[in-house]
Amino acid sequence: MLRELEEIWRRAQAAIAAARNLEEIEAARVRFLGRKGELTQALRRVASLPAAERPLAGQRANEVKEKVERALAERTGVLRGEALTRRLEAEAVDVTLPGRPVMLGYRHPLSQVREEIENIFLGLGFSIAEGPEVELDYYNFEALNLPKGHPARDMQDTFFISEEILLRTHTSPVQVRTLERLAPQLPVKVIAPGKVYRRDDDATHSPMFHQVEGLAVDTNIRFSDLKGVLLVFAREMFGPKTKLRLRPSYFPFTEPSAEVDISCVICGGEGCRICKQTGWLEILGAGMVHPRVLAVSGYDPEKCRGFAFGMGIERIALLKYGVNDLRLFFDNDLRFLSQF
Amino acid sequence: MRVPLSWLKEFVDVPVSPEELAERLTMAGIAVDAVVPFGQGVKGVVVARLTEVRPHPNADRLRICVADTGTALYEVVTGAPNVFPGAVVPLGLEGARLANGMVIKRARFRGVDSCGMVCSEAELGLEERSAGIMILPPETPLGEDVATLLGFPDFVLELDLTPNRGDCLCVAGIAREVAALYGLPLKFPPVLPAGRETLSDLVEVEIAAPELCGRYAARVFKEVKIGPSPLWMQVRLRMAGMRPINNMVDITNYVMLELGQPLHAFDYETLRGRKIVVRRADAGERLVSLDEVLRELGPEDLVIADAERAVAIAGVMGGLDTEVTPATATVLLESANFNPQSIRRTARALGLRSEASLRFEKGVDIEGAVRAADRAAYLVKKTGIGQAVPGVADCYPGRPERRTVVVQPARVEAVLGTPVPRDEAVEWLGRLGFSVQKDGENWIVSVPTFRPDVSIEEDIVEEVARFYGYERIPATLLYGETTPGQRPATAAFLDQVSQFLTGLGFSEVITYSFINPASFDRLHLPEDDPHRRAVRLKNPISEDQSVLRTLLLPGLLDVLVRNLSRRVDNVAVYEVGKVFLPRDGGELPEEYLKLGLAVSGRKPRHWKGPAVEMDFFFLKGIVEALLRRLRVNEPAFLPLKDHPALHPGRAARIVTEGEELGVIGELHPEVQEAYGLPARAVVGEFSVEALLAARRPASYRDLPRFPGVLRDVAFIIPEEVPAAAVAEAIKTAGGKLLRELKLFDVYKGVQVPEGTRSLAFSLLFQAEDRTLTDEEVGTALEAIVRQLAEEYGAVLRGSLEEPRADVMP
Repeated sequence: MLRELEEIWRRAQAAIAAARNLEEIEAARVRFLGRKGELTQALRRVASLPAAERPLAGQRANEVKEKVERALAERTGVLRGEALTRRLEAEAVDVTLPGRPVMLGYRHPLSQVREEIENIFLGLGFSIAEGPEVELDYYNFEALNLPKGHPARDMQDTFFISEEILLRTHTSPVQVRTLERLAPQLPVKVIAPGKVYRRDDDATHSPMFHQVEGLAVDTNIRFSDLKGVLLVFAREMFGPKTKLRLRPSYFPFTEPSAEVDISCVICGGEGCRICKQTGWLEILGAGMVHPRVLAVSGYDPEKCRGFAFGMGIERIALLKYGVNDLRLFFDNDLRFLSQF
Repeated sequence: MRVPLSWLKEFVDVPVSPEELAERLTMAGIAVDAVVPFGQGVKGVVVARLTEVRPHPNADRLRICVADTGTALYEVVTGAPNVFPGAVVPLGLEGARLANGMVIKRARFRGVDSCGMVCSEAELGLEERSAGIMILPPETPLGEDVATLLGFPDFVLELDLTPNRGDCLCVAGIAREVAALYGLPLKFPPVLPAGRETLSDLVEVEIAAPELCGRYAARVFKEVKIGPSPLWMQVRLRMAGMRPINNMVDITNYVMLELGQPLHAFDYETLRGRKIVVRRADAGERLVSLDEVLRELGPEDLVIADAERAVAIAGVMGGLDTEVTPATATVLLESANFNPQSIRRTARALGLRSEASLRFEKGVDIEGAVRAADRAAYLVKKTGIGQAVPGVADCYPGRPERRTVVVQPARVEAVLGTPVPRDEAVEWLGRLGFSVQKDGENWIVSVPTFRPDVSIEEDIVEEVARFYGYERIPATLLYGETTPGQRPATAAFLDQVSQFLTGLGFSEVITYSFINPASFDRLHLPEDDPHRRAVRLKNPISEDQSVLRTLLLPGLLDVLVRNLSRRVDNVAVYEVGKVFLPRDGGELPEEYLKLGLAVSGRKPRHWKGPAVEMDFFFLKGIVEALLRRLRVNEPAFLPLKDHPALHPGRAARIVTEGEELGVIGELHPEVQEAYGLPARAVVGEFSVEALLAARRPASYRDLPRFPGVLRDVAFIIPEEVPAAAVAEAIKTAGGKLLRELKLFDVYKGVQVPEGTRSLAFSLLFQAEDRTLTDEEVGTALEAIVRQLAEEYGAVLRGSLEEPRADVMP
């Protein structure tokens, strides 16, 4: 019996070692440990041995069984590993092949810049106001202290629909409309982004472009607040080192008025081609709301003051992205749009 | 406005470099665009007289001149047409340097040696381009250095003045700013005072339209000899950007540039009746202006007339008949003040902008009229042109009240947000010509007549601020009640839509709001199509941009065409923009926000599979996804057969709860052709307002707790029955247990009878309170089959078989 067990172990070892795949190892398991397997039968026979031989034979038989099981498990593990390796090898792909293409859409750069501007001012507590693109002469000019025949009307070459109706030349009419709507409520803090139109068409002018108007009216607004708010804006937009410069200027609807420059985004103020060696780039016009504008809109200029500003979105986008021709924004070439 | 620095220095001792001056002026609101060096490079050019001019033996267009510098004779070859014997000219000798840096060398022109070069104004840097060489006044001393003679080197300040500062359109005005900024005295140039005589025996001045002319002053010069003006004056005029004409006209221009008062010189002998009448033109009254154009005027226009006829368009341009000519012996000089709006109107109407009208439009100092005439008289005498007759005919009905503004210094500081040294501010205002009287805490500020732009306290605030320096005002943040930053619902909604569409591969475009009305023809819109009723611009740049769009489609199609023609082969774009619909009765047009979509081409090719065409169902899929994202309630796509721009068999209206959201469809082949599109295109246009209204908020519904049963069924059905109708019928018949329905296959061909097609649906049955039994599902399915058979004659394809799978909750 003991010898037989040794024989079985020897055969099992050989069979297990010879198994080259999981099917063969399964066959080996059945051959030795199956219901009619060699070792199973041998184990059954132990019971029929004389009592004196039984303990030893039983012990041996179990040892052999354990060894066979262990050998089977080991071999199975090895074969599994090999099989997995083969499968993985077979399934390998050329990962340098391109992936399934997904069409990417791009937000227009002017919308991106507008949204960025909006978010900065929303954070400062300004709400977004809107107004019509086709405007009355009254809101576009007259209420803004630009009566008919005013020389400053020449600064904005206008598209007319009729004597009294025109395409707004700036977003400033939204100032008046907003004030009329809210009077006498205080404080008023709005920005008004939108399309504006001027009769101009070349590399630096487009007959349609975008502006953002800003307006704050309260009992205590100061010129210094205008400076502070614009400084926050400029630094958010162009980086924390941006410097701001205000120069006296003239707009009929603000007094005092200012042109606002930022330190050149290209050279940082050293002087370069973009800033024409001045170190400064003009980005917007601003000022304290003219008392007459407040008065016609239903606010008492003795009791409140305000500041206003207006900037061109295209101008900001040109500077931010280094685009050199304004017309590209309206050409809508996807090769251009997909760069933003 | 161009200001020669040397001229400015006659008024004020500029204590800094031109660049520093420019910076300081800019920061005080007088924007200096550029400091242009003048004649910096010119060296070694001397005065010479041409003693001989003879033709070049070998060249028709060249001439040989002998030039005498007083000490030597030089032979030079020139191509200039205006040389003549006796001409005094600038001569660049060998080694001389011109304005553009060129150095003159000996040269040989067609066999003749030239040992120098006679120079033009352009070569000396006096103007952009010259037709011939510069002819100097005959008395110019020979051998003198021309650069010195011309006052070189010099600088010109190029100013970009704001329209409110008409007072700065002259050297004196700028000098006043400079003197004030640096605290220096302002020197005024000498005048020849007219005295008290009224010239009544020479001329009578009458202002018949005092509302348009506040003052008219005239002086008379006699024994006048017209000729070229002195070199220094010519140079100054050129540096300031004007051309010398003759000595009399040059003086009027010189004084205008210097003091800002436009002057006009009449040939006194040509004026009839010794009379000047300032009046409105008669309707249809005609006048030939100096530029030899016949002008027709009307009562809106102001003219200067003599006893019989109009002789000048007031403030805009003189008349040809009364112009100063070489024969003129007596001159009547006009120094007047006209209503800015009137001048502006007339100049616009005639398309005539002159240096004079430019200044009158911005407002000229009415108090300075006689001084300007006296300055001209001084120059007439100084340059020896003639005699100034003592006296002035000064008609002055519009003498202004001196305006005063009450200023609270504390308010100035409150507005600026910074304390300001008050005594300095008062002193500064004084230097600018304001006078300040203290009245308790307040200042009573009297405004000089040359500052019509100052009328309220805020104007004084600005004057003080620009003196104090904007750069010294601190940057503070708003204080007071906090406000929430709010966005309109539409803006937030459009952001959501934009993010969704860009995520699905659509790029945003922005096209012009104005379009070519021919677009309506290209879109095949019938004559009576409402979209043809568009708002028209009165003054478009071109027909291409002459009406406001009534739909987004034309702009989007242009974008497709442009991109496809540039070989961008898959275009998927969207635009959010307004369309404009006219209203009657002088009302503003209605503005509607629209969302437009357009695709053409295939999705990008991939090595794993074929490129998918972006067809009707591609765009429909996008729209369905968008509507699902917005939770629009059961949008229906209804066949749209009569949209003129769309394929009648491939277009749909999208409707929810009875409201139309928009349309999508393939472009009509004829429209595609009209636009020259190389490939089919699918487009859509939606009302943003309708989308926003159809949007529904998220709402929660319990997850199913009991398994569902999935069954696939296919029906053979007449092909004209729309899939949506079949689906609707299934839903009705399936009742509450039918939880979901998806169409997953459409088949047409040999396996089904002609005129029919097979539609295959996958149906999910599920109950909320129990696991469904096979019987229940079977009953529901049978009901569906029965219903479809009754309604559409549908035949079940295959049989009702085993559940495809159990769906676990």
